[in-house]
Amino acid sequence: MALVPEGYTDIAGFALMVAVATIAMPCGEPIGKGPRMIDKRVATLAEAIAPVEEGAVVMIGGFGTSGIPFGLIDALASSGVGGLTIVSNNAGAGEEGISVLLRNGQVARVICSYPRTPGSIWFERRYAAGEVELEVVPQGTLAERIRAAGAGLGGFFTPTGYGTKLAEGKETRQIDGRGQVLEMALHADIALIRAEEADRWGNLSFHATARNFNPVMATAAKHTIVEARRVLDGPMDPAAVITPGIFVGSVTEYGVRP
Amino acid sequence: MNDLHRLSDNDVARRLAQDIPDGAYVNLGIGMPNKVAGFVPEGREVMFHSENGLLGVGPTPAPGTEDPELIDASKQLVTTIPGASFFEHSTSFAMMRGGHIDIAVLGAYQVAENGELANWATLDDKHPPAVGGAMDLVVGVPTIYAIMRHTGRDGSIKLMERCSYPLTGLGVVSRVYTDLCVLDVTSEGFRLVELAPGNTLGAVQAVTGAKIHA
Repeated sequence: MALVPEGYTDIAGFALMVAVATIAMPCGEPIGKGPRMIDKRVATLAEAIAPVEEGAVVMIGGFGTSGIPFGLIDALASSGVGGLTIVSNNAGAGEEGISVLLRNGQVARVICSYPRTPGSIWFERRYAAGEVELEVVPQGTLAERIRAAGAGLGGFFTPTGYGTKLAEGKETRQIDGRGQVLEMALHADIALIRAEEADRWGNLSFHATARNFNPVMATAAKHTIVEARRVLDGPMDPAAVITPGIFVGSVTEYGVRP
Repeated sequence: MNDLHRLSDNDVARRLAQDIPDGAYVNLGIGMPNKVAGFVPEGREVMFHSENGLLGVGPTPAPGTEDPELIDASKQLVTTIPGASFFEHSTSFAMMRGGHIDIAVLGAYQVAENGELANWATLDDKHPPAVGGAMDLVVGVPTIYAIMRHTGRDGSIKLMERCSYPLTGLGVVSRVYTDLCVLDVTSEGFRLVELAPGNTLGAVQAVTGAKIHA
């Protein structure tokens, strides 16, 4: 009886509790049966993208052509999932990246700061035809709304945009003698991230200016999907980690760099 | 109009660059502002900030050494200078909004005598609006230099009493550099700093929509 925790009067009752706990475990493994490995590696981009559902809010990292998860976007295009809200700095250019999703008619709404990059023909076409809604957000406010979501904040006051068209209808307040605008946290269902290196724990590092929106977006989604140029065999040097693996749902190696 | 002597865009950028002091942290907007980097006088160390996550932007890479993932906010391939750093977007905008950048050089559709800046949207709503980082810069950077042609290609007035295009910010512009003159924005309105060579105040005033105080 010494093994039965206090409060349990008989061994049968304790066994029942263990059985119930075992059934409730997501992978059916009982507690205490050796260490459970954290392994976020997923073999293919198609598998990685499978959790994206119709109508999802999807953050996509990148700025210009740098740090865009082209492999994941192509996999999302192939999946055919539609009705998406895309949160990204730009709205795609040419016939690649977000432009492919727009061309395919998979996008219902775009939240971005700069949809007018030269060559944004598919965005312009869908916008002119009234087939895609646009919310333009000042770039720093976009980054901070995403940061607020990842950090568990409801929103914040910023002087950015005060007195302009982009503050119309928003709550304002005088703080430190300046007009400031209330901006709300921006959450996502999914974030698509491009990293330079990843390990099986989901730790990420980034190359040069390919970092941009990727780390902050990784914090703000319910499920963060990463394509990494290299997935390391062992753990990343902790001092080299830019995005800690706690923010990451899955990593897939995709060696191509634009 | 034929009594106006206009500087080239490069010469306006060269003139503005004289006013960037040694040791300054500077953000350059897309287009004409970006030319300023090439004209900083010898002997000054200036750290150019690019909103996509680079402080210490260097010149265009030599052929064969380009890194496609090392770009500036204009999406041009760049290099880094000694002392440069990379960072993510919310840190980049903390530098801008938090008052850490000394000077921002921005293009402008219109500037008003009270310092209003309009540089992100016109009244033509056929094109989708695109704001980028301009609104964050103008509220956070203490010194905003506008660099622009004095009038539109069609002769339209761009320096005026109040902007007619949607505003980027209120009371934000410190100084305006055009192909005809340099103007300070003061509590009285535009005050002449200098005329481009060969111009008279009367001729420049005639193509300006607000009083220029001598």
